[in-house]
Amino acid sequence: MNDAAIVLEARGITRAFPGVQALAGVDLTLRAGEVHALMGQNGAGKSTLIKVLTGVHAPDGGSIKLLGNDVAPTSPLHAQQLGISAVHQESHLLPNLSVAENICAGRYPRRAWTRGGGIDWRETNRRARELLAGLGIDLDVTQLAGGLPAALQQLATVARAVATDARVLILDEPTSSLDTDEVQALFALIRRLRDQGVSILFVTHFLDQVYDICDRITVLRNGKFVGEYPCAKLDARGLVAAMVGRELVHAGKAPAHAPAEAAQATAVLAARNISRRGQIKPMDIELRAGEVLGLAGLLGSGRTELARLLFALDDRDSGDVSVDGKPAKLDKPADALALGLGFCPEDRKHSGIVAELSVRENIVLALQARMGLTKFLRPAEQLALAEKLVAALGVKTASIETPIGQLSGGNQQKAIIARWLATHPRVLILDEPTRGIDIAAKQELMNEILALANGGTAVLFISAEIEEVVRVSDRIMVLRDRAKAGELPPGADEDAVFSMIAGGP
Amino acid sequence: MSRRLLPLCITVLLFIGMAAFGAIRYDGFLSPQVFLNLLIDNAFLCVVAVGMTFVILSGGIDLSVGAVIALTTMISASLLDAGWNPFAAMAVVLLFGAGFGALQGFLIQRFDLAPFIVTLAGMFLARGCCYLISTESIPINDPTYAAIAQARIPVGFGSSLTIGAVIALAVVLAAMRIAHATEFGRTVYAIGGGESSARLMGLSVSRTKVGVYLLSGFCAALGGVVMTFYMLSGYSLHAVGLELDAIAAVVIGGTLLAGGVGYVAGTLFGVLILGIIQTLIAFDGTLSSWWTKIVVGVLLLLFCLLQRLFEGRTRKAA
Amino acid sequence: MKLSQHALFWPATTLLLLLAVCALFNPSFLSIAWRDGHLYGNLIDILNRAAPLMVVSLGMTLVIAVRGLDISVGAVVAIAATVAALMIGGKFSAGGDVASDHPLWQALLAALLVAAACGLWNGLLVVKAGMQPIVATLILMVAGRGIAQLLTDGQIITVYYAPFFALGNGFLLGVPVALWIAAALWGLLHLLLSRTALGLFIRAIGGNPEAARVAGIRAASITLCVYTFCSLAAGIAGLIISSNVKSADANNAGQLLELDAILAVTLGGTALTGGRFTLAGTVIGALIIQTLTSMIYSLGVPPEVNLVVKAAMVFAVMLLQSAEFRGLVLRAVRGGAKHA
Repeated sequence: MNDAAIVLEARGITRAFPGVQALAGVDLTLRAGEVHALMGQNGAGKSTLIKVLTGVHAPDGGSIKLLGNDVAPTSPLHAQQLGISAVHQESHLLPNLSVAENICAGRYPRRAWTRGGGIDWRETNRRARELLAGLGIDLDVTQLAGGLPAALQQLATVARAVATDARVLILDEPTSSLDTDEVQALFALIRRLRDQGVSILFVTHFLDQVYDICDRITVLRNGKFVGEYPCAKLDARGLVAAMVGRELVHAGKAPAHAPAEAAQATAVLAARNISRRGQIKPMDIELRAGEVLGLAGLLGSGRTELARLLFALDDRDSGDVSVDGKPAKLDKPADALALGLGFCPEDRKHSGIVAELSVRENIVLALQARMGLTKFLRPAEQLALAEKLVAALGVKTASIETPIGQLSGGNQQKAIIARWLATHPRVLILDEPTRGIDIAAKQELMNEILALANGGTAVLFISAEIEEVVRVSDRIMVLRDRAKAGELPPGADEDAVFSMIAGGP
Repeated sequence: MSRRLLPLCITVLLFIGMAAFGAIRYDGFLSPQVFLNLLIDNAFLCVVAVGMTFVILSGGIDLSVGAVIALTTMISASLLDAGWNPFAAMAVVLLFGAGFGALQGFLIQRFDLAPFIVTLAGMFLARGCCYLISTESIPINDPTYAAIAQARIPVGFGSSLTIGAVIALAVVLAAMRIAHATEFGRTVYAIGGGESSARLMGLSVSRTKVGVYLLSGFCAALGGVVMTFYMLSGYSLHAVGLELDAIAAVVIGGTLLAGGVGYVAGTLFGVLILGIIQTLIAFDGTLSSWWTKIVVGVLLLLFCLLQRLFEGRTRKAA
Repeated sequence: MKLSQHALFWPATTLLLLLAVCALFNPSFLSIAWRDGHLYGNLIDILNRAAPLMVVSLGMTLVIAVRGLDISVGAVVAIAATVAALMIGGKFSAGGDVASDHPLWQALLAALLVAAACGLWNGLLVVKAGMQPIVATLILMVAGRGIAQLLTDGQIITVYYAPFFALGNGFLLGVPVALWIAAALWGLLHLLLSRTALGLFIRAIGGNPEAARVAGIRAASITLCVYTFCSLAAGIAGLIISSNVKSADANNAGQLLELDAILAVTLGGTALTGGRFTLAGTVIGALIIQTLTSMIYSLGVPPEVNLVVKAAMVFAVMLLQSAEFRGLVLRAVRGGAKHA
């Protein structure tokens, strides 16, 4: 692969936005028929680089050569015409149009002028069917794209990107919402494209996927180009070191945490037979004071859905909930709050922060919601409370009055956790609290979670990273295909979790 | 496939149901002329509602159409009064309508302004310009206009259509073709389905957004021309509140106000339903015309609730 | 913070500019005198006439703050006026002293209850049926006026009962009653929003409805209350308006009022996207609109120009509020400065 023809050569790309230098002299070399990983922490510049390559932003400096010719894409459409196609993280299919239309949009086959000159729908459907078949995908192209499951939508999106005779295909976090089987289906498609000579730029933060499918890796850090490495020559630790910039001491087992004795621990929150049609099948779950219950399972196994039901964000179809052994009314989040529950959602931008409000206001929000309309915390009290928590959790912010939207992802996450700590919850549900956060901040958060449990709070910890779950949890509950697969006692290791997920004893 | 057409089917069934109700209850209801009058009396509404359909499909809204109709009638009347050739006058107002719409579309697209507010200001502006031209009604005495107004095109069964109604039908047919078979039309649907996704797909979203409002402005002007045939006058108070009727026709026709879903044919039936409500009330003779508004409100409510149910069910199926 | 960055800077400046133009053309414009036992002058007139719009706009501000919209307020004005007028009755006896069919307080209460019920209806459609606010309130806008017209058969109901006129025409301690009502409503809202958690909750709901819900805020109840209050405010405005003209006109009362109210809110600086809001800004916005009308009248300009000027103001405010536009202007200015 070393001597394969170079397809894309970007040199010295720089781009600044008000207040931040997003890219400072980045190089990228893509060869024909290779899968090239683009890696870096949050804020490293990956998204910006992709936007430059696809013409969404013009670079302030640097050059891009495609097959030896200088190019300067001015828009996604122009980039497509040049041969650079992208499947963005946020790109979805248009749910109200058919699959065929989604694939051919902007490039419709036309009827001859003599027959009206309009769009030839029969030909459109035929082309779409042919393209999908050539990629090994079999589905009804006339159905509305909105009716497809997420994984098939992803495959169709890739098909569309490829339909333009792309030489370079950019995939930005394509596997975030796919389960293992679906990821392998996508990888099969990627391999097929690679064999056809397409250069694929693959952005992901799943290390194992990088080593599964990629040939080379380019690492960015803080907008700067760190290096380009063949996968065979850089192991996982070296990769992380390049991304983070320092040798990470492997954290090992978590600091001392005394799990409550299983027999004596009281069930603070217990749900029997809880279910919601289409989301999770009936299952039982028990959260005990001072204990961290890890919830493990593959994407789509129902972890977030269960968490949402426990916090009454969604209506449950069946199941009784009891608190301290007594039946409890739990129909909406305000009820959950009154019972002493707290919930850090998976998607903090969508369901967590109110970007315009200040850090202080975001932190006191849940506590104030529980206290009600009339018992209003005086501004001085709010300030004192917020400042105390900001200091305790190490939230980096210019001022307590800064709009929370201006903080980095990790600090926003800490502020949301601070919000729930302010309510002194008896039960705290954390759904993917470490997602999208750099390694240093992750460590701090994990320690904070353990401190919480030590203080007597019952914690439900959900994470896609099994290693994290094992490190911080006492008991582990495993979900498989939206049903409870089982529970593992304290001390279980990753292999045990994997087995239970896979369907072992 | 059938799920997509369900709202349209409901609209058509509702129309047939109302027609049947009228036929049973009132004598002479089932005459061809009665039905053709639905189109004749509402021809200008039909033209405007078709333009509105595209705007709503793209996820926007145009509140200025009623005012643009009035302004069109005022400009036409003034030009004719000054001795202009009638067809030149028509060409001028059509160009004006398109330009007015394009300007609104440009502001909405270029500066990312809310369509509601921009077209609201447009409505103020157009209505204000009407008053500036004249606060009194200006009669139209041009013989060509009078001839067009009186012309009747026989369609058999002893009934006939006006030129205005023929224009309305032509507009509907042209719009159906644009919506289904042109890139512009499909891009409108795409924008309604997800503007950022459409943009990332490389579709010419910006141009289409401006185009949609240009089309709406053009249809409003054309509706104004049809109205001048109907009223033979220019008056600042013409078409007050017509934009709401147009929106109602579009919604009752099965188009989702959120955008992306709907058919032009549905709007035609929405207009016919609005017409048939008035006809039923007129035939009854005892109900005051205020009932029209109430019935339209109730229908809007039912259709919007139905749309919510429809959306809810498709989401669960996905 | 620089003065020019204060949220109220632009609305206040606009208002002062308008007043200055008025004073320029009419030196006695700004004078206030004491006549017939009350304050008298153009300024008082503006305040008095703006009072109903202020009231409606205050209600509209909260609805817009929770990312909603209520275009039915004009119809509610007509409904409230109609209910009150019908309950008071229009019997005119030659003797001069007119009695009311029902006690005045009952008529007023009934009108306000009906108005509040309209708001509750709107709120239920938005919250429970999940309808878009513009659609939900469009229904009442269309049907509501029809109901009012039905009740009055399209006729204007004249009210002869003198105590009713106090709302729109009376004075208390020299200041118009309508202005007292508007001021009281503003004061009450201000207290409610700043002394309780309501202000914080509304800003959270408008800023990110889902996050507000996750944080345990009872977003549904609050939104319902906000819509109910908005229509209640419209009902109050309806009583002031009909009292002022001593009649209830179902056809025309409140016509285009919703547009003026939304304009007042936007002029005052509250964004249509919801979240942050300002009551003071809304009040200034309502005053701007009324000053504009008065200015056009006192300048001798035909009143038809009013709409065109309003349109120009809306465009100007919108563009100024648009980040894209400001960026464009800044870049042009910088580019020009470079070449200069």
